[in-house]
Formats: sequence, C-alpha cells, structure tokens
Amino acid sequence: MSDTQPLLSVEDLHVSFATEEGVVKAVDGVSFDLRAGEVLAVVGESGSGKSVTAMTLMGLTRSPNARFEGTARFKGTELIGASEDDLRQLRGAEIAMIFQDPMTSLNPVQRIGAQIVEQIQTHGGLPDAQARERAVELLEKVGIPRARERVDSYPFEFSGGMRQRVMIALALSCDPSVLIADEPTTALDVTIQAQILERIRRLREETNAAVILVTHDLGVVADIADRIAVMYAGRIVEQGTLDEIFYDPQHPYTWGLLGSITRVDRPRPERLPAIAGLPPSLADRPEGCHFRPRCPHEFAKCSEVPPLEVRATDMPRHADRCWLSAEQKRALREVRPGEIGLHGKEGVSV
Amino acid sequence: MSEERPVFGGPLLQVEHLKLHFPIRDGILIDRQVGSVHAVDDVTFELEEGETLGLVGESGCGKTTLSRALMRLLEPTEGCIRFRGRDVTHARRKELKPLRKEMQMVFQDPFASLNPRKRISQIIGLPLRLHGASRDGIEDRVRDLLRLVGLHPEHLHRYPHEFSGGQRQRIGVARALALEPRLIVLDEPVSALDVSVQAQIINLLDDLQDDFRLTYLFVAHDLSVVRHVSDRIAVMYLGKLMEISPAEELYTKPIHPYTGALLAAIPIPDPRENRRRERVVVSGEPPNPSNPPSGCVFHPRCPRATEICSEVEPPLTRYPSGHLAACHHPMNVSTDEIRAAERSDTSPHGCGDDLPQPTAVLE
Repeated sequence: MSDTQPLLSVEDLHVSFATEEGVVKAVDGVSFDLRAGEVLAVVGESGSGKSVTAMTLMGLTRSPNARFEGTARFKGTELIGASEDDLRQLRGAEIAMIFQDPMTSLNPVQRIGAQIVEQIQTHGGLPDAQARERAVELLEKVGIPRARERVDSYPFEFSGGMRQRVMIALALSCDPSVLIADEPTTALDVTIQAQILERIRRLREETNAAVILVTHDLGVVADIADRIAVMYAGRIVEQGTLDEIFYDPQHPYTWGLLGSITRVDRPRPERLPAIAGLPPSLADRPEGCHFRPRCPHEFAKCSEVPPLEVRATDMPRHADRCWLSAEQKRALREVRPGEIGLHGKEGVSV
Repeated sequence: MSEERPVFGGPLLQVEHLKLHFPIRDGILIDRQVGSVHAVDDVTFELEEGETLGLVGESGCGKTTLSRALMRLLEPTEGCIRFRGRDVTHARRKELKPLRKEMQMVFQDPFASLNPRKRISQIIGLPLRLHGASRDGIEDRVRDLLRLVGLHPEHLHRYPHEFSGGQRQRIGVARALALEPRLIVLDEPVSALDVSVQAQIINLLDDLQDDFRLTYLFVAHDLSVVRHVSDRIAVMYLGKLMEISPAEELYTKPIHPYTGALLAAIPIPDPRENRRRERVVVSGEPPNPSNPPSGCVFHPRCPRATEICSEVEPPLTRYPSGHLAACHHPMNVSTDEIRAAERSDTSPHGCGDDLPQPTAVLE
C-alpha cells in the first residue's frame, strides 16, 4: 500500500473566511496523502476544521468571503484552483460525498430513483431505461429491501437509516475513486450505524475506493479506519496508522481524546475523564501550539508553532506537532498504569 | 438550597401501566381517527429519591414521549403517574404549578432550548419570577446558580449565542436547578456535545446530584452515555420496557436479546479488541409504532425468536438479582435463575403468564 502513488495529495492547505468578527482560519496548513483502497479517518471536535477540509476538496466551500492557499492534487488534477466546470466533471463521478444529515441532503420533492438517475446521466449519458436499472441495482447493493418497488418512493417515505443508504447509493452511482463521508452515521441509531459501517467496509473491498471518513467518534474509527489524522483548531496535530494512534499516540491532545472515551466493555471509572478547558475560538487562537492553554505539559518552546513532522524514529510514517521528545511523550501520557490519558491542567477548569 | 426538606417514605415517582397513544387522523370533510401511534404502551416503573434511572432506546421508541408525559407536557391516554404518592396523571394547570417547582427538565438541544433574545439572567431568572421571587433576590440567585454550574457569574448579562454548546447546556442545567427541584428529567442532555465536553457535563450532573440529593431520569439513545450516571437502567423498544436492570449488570449480563444487540452495536474504541470481537449486526429497523408486531415487539428482528414470540407477549420476569426482562428466550441466565424467576406485577396488562422455560436456554 505504501509504495503506490497517492490518489489524492493535499499539501499545506489553508482555508480562511472573512467574517464580521475578523478573518477566521478554519484550516491552517493541512497536508495528507490518500491511497486507493485506504480509509483515512479525520478526527476532531466541532470547529477543528475537519468538515471544511473535506468540503474544500469538493469545492463546496467556495464563496466570495473564502480564501484558499496550498494544493490538493487528485490524479494529477489540481482541485483548489480548478474551474467550476472542471470540478463539476469530478464531483460525483470521481470524488463523491456522503453528508452527515440524511434528512436534509436529499431533494424532498423528487423520487429517490430520479435523483440517482439524474446523477448517472449527468456523468455517464446512459439511456433512461438502463440508468433506472442501474439505480435499482445500486439500491439493492446498499441493502434497501424490495428496491424495485422502492425506487419510486419519495425521501419522506424512508427512515433515517434508509435515507443514508440512498445517500451511499448516490455517492457510488458513478464508481468514484474517492468517497468522502462526513459523519455518515452520527445521525443514526447504533444498530443502524453498525449496518451502515458494514456496508461501507464491504464497498471498499469490492471497489477499492479510497475513503475519507470525517468523524468525532473514535469507536467508529477503530472499527473501520486504516490511518488517522487528528485535527485540532484547524491543524492536523498528529497522523499515523490506526494502531499507532490508539496504542502509541504522540500528541497530548490525542491522549486527552483517547482518555475521554468511555468503554462499555470495561468497568466504569469513578469519574469520567474530560479534557480541561475549551477549544479556542477560531478567530482568536493562541500563538504557537493551539493546544497549549489546555496542555499540562506546556513549556517555553510551545509558544513557537511545532511543525508536523516525524519525531519518533521508530515510526517513520507517523508525524505529530508537539515539541516534546518521543521519550518524554511515552513517559508522560499514562494517567494510570497501562491507560493513556491526559492529566488536568492546573488552573484550567474541567 | 441546603435547608432540610421532609423526606417522603415511598418512591418519589411511580408510573403504573402508562399509555400514551397519538391518534392518526384522516378525512377531508369528516375528521375521523383511523389508528393510533402507540408511543408509550403500558409502562410501569418507580423512581426512588436520590436515584438515577437511565432510560435508553433508539429513535422512535417512545423515551422522549414518556419523559414528556411524566412532566405533564403531554396528556397520558391511560395509566397513572404518582409524584410523592399523589396522583398527578390528570392534575390541572393550577394544581400543576407547585408540582412544576419539584420536577424540572433539561432538554437535548442547547441551541434551541434557550431563547436567543433573552439574556442569561432572564432565562435563569424566569422560573424564579414565575414562582414569586423578589427582583433583587433573583440576580443574586442567578449568580449563585451560574457559579454552581461552573460558569462565570459576571456573564449573567450575556446572550445565549455568546456561549459554546457545552456552556449553553450548563445554562440549561442552571435553569432547571433554579427552583430547587427534587426530580430532573434529562432528555439526551449530552447528545449534541463533543466527547470531551460530554464528560464535563456528566461530571457536573454527578456532583450536583450528590450535593442536592437530586433524582434523575436520564434519557439517552445509546448505552455508553447512561452507564456512568445511572443506578438502574431501563431499555425501551417500540413503546415498551424490555429490560430494567441494576446499571452495571446490564453491561456484563444483558438478559434481553435487544439489549445484547444494542451493546454489540457500539463500536469499541480499541482496534485490537474490535478485530477479536465477533460482531452480531441486527438486521432490519424498528417497525412502525402505529402497527406494532404481535407478541414480543422485537421478534421480527430477534435472532432468538421462535413461534411463541410472535404469538404471546412475554411478561416482565424478575430474576433473583432484581433484574427484570421481558423475553421468552433470555440470554445469560442459568437454569437455576430461570427456575427462581417470577412474573413481575409490573408486566403489561395484555401479556402472557408463561415464564421462560429452563430448556429454552440450554442450546
């Protein structure tokens, strides 16, 4: 997997918006590669810039108030400066997106089948009958029972889980090579979430598509991702393989994130671990490392921005943005023996 | 808030065979009822003072309807709600006013449940004003409440939009605390928040409960959130109670297959553990509550279902540990436990009398 050319290569991406409160830097120097057949999870809390990153790749954040810098090359095509016409060729056909809210992402006054047919014909030019046949096939593939009857239903006749399946069918209609899923299961119940994740996993195996999964749920990540990029306040603070991030995390924010999740398969803790303080406002972020005000391990060097680079020599593809040495990190991150977490910072309320 | 209040001997809240059905109407000229949605369908439970009951179920299971009926925001169709021994099922507005002081609610969406045009002082002060507090007293009290929930008292003249989601939820909690209630119904209080902030709010609720001897009904859609706060947990499906259990036992020893499915569906944030774990993905989706399945409402999706499940509604069965489950084919119980089990008198009226048979679990 590591030797193949990346399908998508994002380098030093900056996205900022002019707002009444001043310029908001939503994405601040994000770089990553994505290879075929790989699931990259972009993890972070609200306002970390994970959705803006994903939407910018599709050209969905363009507006007179938005400014972009950096590059995102997809199979040799530059996405950031691409014309709307060029992007329209790619969107849906090569790069498809599944949105968070299945309730509002479908056209409520158009039949399900017609929405899929429209997308197929925009990119493929199949005759009506064939396009419709393909729509039925796609609905079957994503697990809609009695797809042939259901193809003429309206979105309101479907439950949330079924609508999300329709969104996936739409996204797959032109065999995209990259699928961007922005919190695809957040709005769904757990039993339905398990079904949808199973579906995404199977599709990845069948089509070898690459998936960018934007989520805040580390359980979902552990279930499906190959690599993880952790975002905080517009920057990637750490990226590595699934096992590296879960078992050898290098950034204190990642420790805090891992420490604050509860597990149903373990005895319950006396008190729920939380990260002290609040994420900074995007319009007014601290100098240097953005996590500094909440980090108990802050020292003088943290007022300079730490670059995202390989710091642990035994993990050549694992990069993070923290000035501590790998030895220091490994010594500091345990809150209890064998348990990764982050101590509260003195003077910062939990 | 510290003055001693008389303690009532019995349970704080008793809910008996509560039903809430929403009528489905049809007809253009003549309005007629063509059916009903069985949102809450014969639910019985009790809440002891100082206890937290977690109420868990997927969307559409009736958990929010149930919590609103308890607050008397919705009119129950049948059954009985007793608060400190007093029947309040059909209490009128005037009778409800003193009651509202004792039971408060925190809502799910911290963005929609605070009036965007009012200052924090007005939002938290309103319940105090309605119950006759003096103007000067109100401001001091609001400051105290803000401090109590971990916000700066000097922010009392700000508007909701100046706060983050987690901070807004703290404001919602402060408003609920204003009248020193005994019971707080928390309807998905952390679902809209980020994980690290969720933990902060849950820890806050925990502390407040210890300090003021509060009783909580904590409603949530998944089992991972309620675990930390609950003493007991009730699992609801399609308007019915499937299982009520001491909190920890539900995770180590789920008896109802639906609870088992809910637990198995939660992805474990540990990749190695996840790879090892055998995943049971329940197929299908919850059926339409206007036309619930016969017998056990979970039988169309249940991996253990047999003929009897589609014919006879199982009674709530009480197992020796005090754990209740409504299932003909319970999981994780020994034959001895089944022999010792008895039918709970909290079982719905329409259910069968036959308890699970020891042979049924021996496969």
